[in-house]
Amino acid sequence: MAWEPHMFKELHQIPREEHVFPGTPLCAGCGGLESLRLASKVLGSHVVYVNAAGCFTNLAAFPFTPLDASWLYTTMGSAPAGAQGVRDALDVLIAKGRLPKEEDLKVVVLGGDGSTYDMALSSTSGAITRKLDFYYFCYDNEAYGNTGVQLSPATPYGARTSTSPCGVQHPAGTTQEKKDIFEIWRAHKPPYMATVSPRFPLDLEEKFARAEEYRGPKLFLAFAACPTGWLFDPAYTPDVARLAVECGLWPLKEAINGTVTHTYIPKRKPVEEYLKLQGRFRHLFEPTRQDEAIRHIQARVDDYWKQVNG
Amino acid sequence: MNQTNQMMTGNLAAAWGARLADVDYVPAFPITPQTEIVETLSKWCGTGALNARFVTMDSEHSMMTAAGAAAATGARVFTATSSQGLLHAFEVLYTVAGWRVPLVLVNVSRALASPITLEPDHNDVLAARDSGFLQIHAETCQEIVDSILMAYRIAEDPRVCLPVMVNLDGFYLSFTREPVILPDPRMVQAFLPAYRPTHLGFKASSPRALGTAVLGGATYSYFRHQNHLASMNALLVHEEAAVDFERLCGRRYDLVEGYRLDDAEDVLIMTNAFASKGKAAVDVARAEGKRVGLLRLRVIRPWPADAIRHALQGRRAVAVLDQNLSPGQGGILFQEIAASLYHEALRPRALCSFIGGLGGKNLSEGEFRAIFEQTAEAGVRGKGIGPVLLYTEMEYREMEQLQYLAHDLKTGK
Repeated sequence: MAWEPHMFKELHQIPREEHVFPGTPLCAGCGGLESLRLASKVLGSHVVYVNAAGCFTNLAAFPFTPLDASWLYTTMGSAPAGAQGVRDALDVLIAKGRLPKEEDLKVVVLGGDGSTYDMALSSTSGAITRKLDFYYFCYDNEAYGNTGVQLSPATPYGARTSTSPCGVQHPAGTTQEKKDIFEIWRAHKPPYMATVSPRFPLDLEEKFARAEEYRGPKLFLAFAACPTGWLFDPAYTPDVARLAVECGLWPLKEAINGTVTHTYIPKRKPVEEYLKLQGRFRHLFEPTRQDEAIRHIQARVDDYWKQVNG
Repeated sequence: MNQTNQMMTGNLAAAWGARLADVDYVPAFPITPQTEIVETLSKWCGTGALNARFVTMDSEHSMMTAAGAAAATGARVFTATSSQGLLHAFEVLYTVAGWRVPLVLVNVSRALASPITLEPDHNDVLAARDSGFLQIHAETCQEIVDSILMAYRIAEDPRVCLPVMVNLDGFYLSFTREPVILPDPRMVQAFLPAYRPTHLGFKASSPRALGTAVLGGATYSYFRHQNHLASMNALLVHEEAAVDFERLCGRRYDLVEGYRLDDAEDVLIMTNAFASKGKAAVDVARAEGKRVGLLRLRVIRPWPADAIRHALQGRRAVAVLDQNLSPGQGGILFQEIAASLYHEALRPRALCSFIGGLGGKNLSEGEFRAIFEQTAEAGVRGKGIGPVLLYTEMEYREMEQLQYLAHDLKTGK
């Protein structure tokens, strides 16, 4: 069955209201921020963001915040547990009549890939198992970005990071494969999950709007092109984000009660087009071209889509 | 108003403390010897005896985060842990103390791995002394209930706004039944009004940011200093709470407790349940004509320096019995006592450091006798001793025997 958007079919349907205002200390061209800004247009301002250590921790730097919503910085390993405490307390206070129902908030965890894929995985697993009603927004820039771009379990094969440099032993850089956090989440059977890219804003808005219908854990994996870490000019953030999808590296999909639907089937350009734009993959092309590594990356993508398309 | 008297374990007393405080939320995670507390609360939340939400978390790290976050949202929160669990939550202790949320955490002291054991000493709770939590250390099951009520009163005071840890000894209190007088709930209400914070809470009409990044040492210093000042405020707030509590319930709890101190030449300092053994030893020594007394530290954070100085002024000698060990240094509380007395003109002539009761190891009458004798000698000489680890020749030989057996089995002889 083909995926059909119901609420967002044209750009003018995207709310004009802003909830993430300009003037944040994040890097120029941050793809994660672009996703958050779009997401907040559907989430609105009746939100408490429960933040884990990462780039987005810099969003609220005393005394400023670019959000018209609430904010709680927890720890790197336990933002979902923080969300649990907030959600439970709101429920209890409303049930006991100490907080009017109209004061209720959506609880949104904000975590980078380091926290999401690594340190907070145990805490996340607990929150999903307890069927916590919350959104998990992961801005995935495929590295520990805030500390200077080190290897994370989200780092893709072949990318160079400051702790997986390309050298004599590993000329291709990162030799591990990106952890499939989507499937790890899916095994927990949450009601709603999606991957999003800010270059596909209608798809993104549609998914946030759909998620609203489900009570329980809701995952959003947002592609976060990172000029600082991936070594490209911030002006190219939109191109990098678009090519990740068009080359098949960042599949746009949704899983409702475990059933996966791809929301966009790319014609699939060669992965080279995506890789070539970024300094973190430059060693695959110069001084000598590493055909085997590039083929490996292409083969992984092909395998993925073969399994999708049958 | 009725106060009911019944026999209960320290763990049950802790659960009653939370129930009488009418808490809203209990995030929990099991760990021996604390489990009876959360099992009891879970049962009460299930039957409706306590109108609170009970949630089993995935770890103490998560438990502490959920507790802090719920308190930051405006709920009255209780939780409990022990030993390695407290250490697992350690990162979050600092985080929630920085949020200035007034929750109460009961720690049931248990010695730390490795080697792993179940019985108590205080290296778990004392490791948390710099976290920003206030610390109350209970000697009896009665004191556990009363201290939890006082802890909420102090934590929620606008001059304090800090989380409090109430400590009790694993096994020696957690599973020991003692008579406990439970205050009448109406009496508790008069002492501890309903929690209605104005400075905390997340709600749609007034967005708030908590725990935001501070980029710059001066801003950070300000917040840390405020945390310190708030902790110091708790000395006065504790005193006020003690007066009110005594007026309502007839039991008085001060920052420190003196036992037969009036004319004591030498003073033994202890904390927690083992202080009862110390008091018994004081009675024995007094019967033999020795002028000794005991000072029990009940509140350890904030550090009641003035009360300690006052109690020790002009004494001949002081012995600190630490039920903890900082390897390479000695007893933790000894260092703090020494620091508090340094500038005193009338400071005791000798300070002695003893370390005992580690991992629940018993303290015998003979050991107390040795402590009093050595302390008196040190006072006469004017030169302190220690740290002395209390360990008998017999115990040492028994340990050698065990090592011999372990070696035998390993080599297959």
